[in-house]
Amino acid sequence: MTALHLEFDVAGNNFVSAGSASDEVKKTLKMLGVGAQFVRKVAIAMYEGEINMVIHAGGGKAIVDIYPDRIVIVLEDKGPGIPDIELAMKDGYSTAPEAIRNLGFGAGMGLPNMKKYTDSFKIDSVVGEGTTVTMTVNFAA
Amino acid sequence: MNIKSIIEDLGARIIHLEEPEREVVGGYCGDFLSNVISKAPADSVWFTVMNNQNVAAVQTLADISLTVLCEGVEPDETLRAKVVDKGLNMIVTDLPVYEAVKAIK
Repeated sequence: MTALHLEFDVAGNNFVSAGSASDEVKKTLKMLGVGAQFVRKVAIAMYEGEINMVIHAGGGKAIVDIYPDRIVIVLEDKGPGIPDIELAMKDGYSTAPEAIRNLGFGAGMGLPNMKKYTDSFKIDSVVGEGTTVTMTVNFAA
Repeated sequence: MNIKSIIEDLGARIIHLEEPEREVVGGYCGDFLSNVISKAPADSVWFTVMNNQNVAAVQTLADISLTVLCEGVEPDETLRAKVVDKGLNMIVTDLPVYEAVKAIK
């Protein structure tokens, strides 16, 4: 099987469409017969990434490649970048404003969740230019 | 335990009900969506007071069977529309979260 390639534009500050790319990917994986526990990991990690782009980056792009044994998700944005990635990765650390917290976000668990539910996780970020997150989930125990 | 039995236990109001017979396994209480999506088990019941459209996204992605809005919190219009659109199960109870969980038999 060749890779299935999907691309999504994620709109910034738009909570109506937030999560729709993750939902599409989840549906696709289910249709392909990928095990429920792997679909769940992908759904959690990708939703967190999508939400981060919506809240912090004014939107971005999600590029998804599905192989027989794994999924690779690349999230690219041209947002403000992350000055201190180590700090941003800490459980409970959040820079989300009050209005965003009132929506149920800003627990400071987005990036930690993405790392926890993926088999490889990488952040490349340049302040003032943007952030690229690359995540892989393997479809095997 | 299924959705119908929970509705009876709580005397809850139905916002949208797509699968009354769906089994419910376990539960989770919380309002921070990153905690919920990560910790609520698949097919569980979720007790919350959060009532915006992101609730529907989390319920869908985490495969949560039923969302119970507590303290009489009503879903806003966009959440209501999303719940219908995505075919989710959602109810409202006037009970606070702790009392609602206790009322489940």
